[in-house]
Amino acid sequence: MTALLEVSGVSVTFDGFRAINNLSFSIGAQELRAIIGPNGAGKTTFMDIVTGKTRPDAGTVTFGERSVSLLSLSEAQIARAGVGRKFQRPTVFEDQTVAENLTMALKAHRAPWRVLFWREGAADRDRVQALAEEVGLADALSRKAGELSHGQKQWLEIGMLLAQEPRLLLVDEPAAGMTLAEREHTTRLLVEMAKTRAVVVVEHDMEFVRRLECKVTVLHEGAVLAEGSLDHVTKNQQVIEVYLGRG
Amino acid sequence: MTRQTFVERSFLAKNPSVLWFILILALFTLGVTVLSEAYGVAFLSTSFVKTLGKTLCLCLVALAMDLIWGYAGILSLGHMAFFALGGYGLGMWLMYARTEEIVVAALAQGGLPATPEEVRQGIAVQIFGVVGASEFPPIWAFAHSFWAQMALVVLVPGGLALVFGWLAFRSRVTGVYLSILTQAMTLALALYLFQNDSGLRGNNGLSGLQNLPGLGDVSQDALSVWFFWASAFALGAGYVLLAWVVSGKFGSVIRAIRDDEQRVRFLGYSVEGYKLFVFTLTAVIAAIAGALYYPQAGIINPAELAPIASIYLAVWVAIGGRGRLYGAVIGAAFVSLLSSWFTGGRAPSVPLGFYTVNWVDWWLVLLGLSFVAVTLFAPKGMGGLFDLWAGVRSPDRKGAALGPDDGALMEREAKE
Repeated sequence: MTALLEVSGVSVTFDGFRAINNLSFSIGAQELRAIIGPNGAGKTTFMDIVTGKTRPDAGTVTFGERSVSLLSLSEAQIARAGVGRKFQRPTVFEDQTVAENLTMALKAHRAPWRVLFWREGAADRDRVQALAEEVGLADALSRKAGELSHGQKQWLEIGMLLAQEPRLLLVDEPAAGMTLAEREHTTRLLVEMAKTRAVVVVEHDMEFVRRLECKVTVLHEGAVLAEGSLDHVTKNQQVIEVYLGRG
Repeated sequence: MTRQTFVERSFLAKNPSVLWFILILALFTLGVTVLSEAYGVAFLSTSFVKTLGKTLCLCLVALAMDLIWGYAGILSLGHMAFFALGGYGLGMWLMYARTEEIVVAALAQGGLPATPEEVRQGIAVQIFGVVGASEFPPIWAFAHSFWAQMALVVLVPGGLALVFGWLAFRSRVTGVYLSILTQAMTLALALYLFQNDSGLRGNNGLSGLQNLPGLGDVSQDALSVWFFWASAFALGAGYVLLAWVVSGKFGSVIRAIRDDEQRVRFLGYSVEGYKLFVFTLTAVIAAIAGALYYPQAGIINPAELAPIASIYLAVWVAIGGRGRLYGAVIGAAFVSLLSSWFTGGRAPSVPLGFYTVNWVDWWLVLLGLSFVAVTLFAPKGMGGLFDLWAGVRSPDRKGAALGPDDGALMEREAKE
């Protein structure tokens, strides 16, 4: 299986602090992967690098069959290439309706001129409707996103990511602040999504990771400490020392 | 229930304010025409018709300001500079062509027909004698051509906005830093134009713009109404255009940029491209408004570019209500008319016994206090009155942004 995303030898330093240290990581085209690690392990910095927010000092990041380097692209270009990102704090556009949020995220031309003349067609309406149903917000299409509950906002954001039709999805702590029922719904969504694309989930919560039943990568001090099934990595002595032992 | 959002609705049905606005503007234009000296019962003086026409131009530039500030969230303090550049652009042709008529008439009295070279020399002496020059500066190369100058009215401010915006947005300058940068641009331009060798007559500016070349027989009474009509048409067209721009997905994207531009980037939209587009579009609209304004004012000088003018523009839009187009129009019309009443010396002074409040001096204090009061207590501005009138109550969220708190009024409930 060829890798969709290939990160190799990446390092980044902030004011002398080495946030990522010679990190190498790869993920296949249809794979669900969980990344765990203690605070400061470099999980968020890793996502920042892949999505173009942070430029690494060394290393390469390539994406897709043609191995396009993501390091020379802007955030918007990376997003258009097929990398979607979900933030830890739900970030939806609170002053706009659920339908407007989803419509904005729909895969379509992104240039100002094209967007100016874009008008919603029947196919777009059906797509928005289908997405809203998929994330359980079909009744809330005309509501402002700011009125939704925390969990609903998370789903709206996941719906927006689905609308973008990304090939790689980076999800930062999706279960944070969710009720048990909401977590189960989220788990189902993530597992379903990973059938057609690569999904990387950064998560603190071990119970949640266990439910995902996927390969786990443990980060520590900006590098990969261990990789494998959850049971495999939790037996690793180093992992127990740096991460699990503290809990 | 689930399909309720997706009823097919036309642009006008989704934007009822457009039809209302056009209707009110048409009635207002008709009313002013009927009351004018040239075409009606002479109830309104010509100078007042000019004031109203100028006010319509200010409303148009306020619309542009609302798009860039109220919708896209970029507080530009440079849009009155684009407004003034538009005025200079048309003013150059007006002054050239008008002076040409005078020079040709003067030379014709000499008996022999004047050569084009003599005419050109004569115009140059007439226009630039005041700054001690007798040659045309290079920037007047197209001043003889109406169409070329009309193109420059759009191209010069548009080009400046494009270059300035590209440099600023590409470096991701945002917020208050961008405001300061635009203000610096305005100030630099004003200081440059104040110089006598700027080629635009320094602090004398361009004058006599109220006289249209070739229309010497038409009285100012009629001209003032013509310009009023043109201004009303431009304002109406500008309103429809901007209502259309903000109604679709483009409007959605720029409001999203205002609220969280990083998130918009991760959706794949090039934020810089959108900002540049809006900045340039609004600069061009401002320039067109300026080109219509200054022939009614009759004179333009570099003081018009002072940063304070752009700050007033922001105050009008804030008082009128940001993020709704009619709010900007109401704010600009109301505050600028009130301002000319207070500063025109016609407002009665208030004797307090120990001190007499003279409005020419105290108007700015009143304006400043109103601005502070609106910002603190009525962030929706005067446009918010329409919400009260229509019975739309805002969900009370205790000052927080939108939120799902228990018992909070939902937006939908508030509208019912």
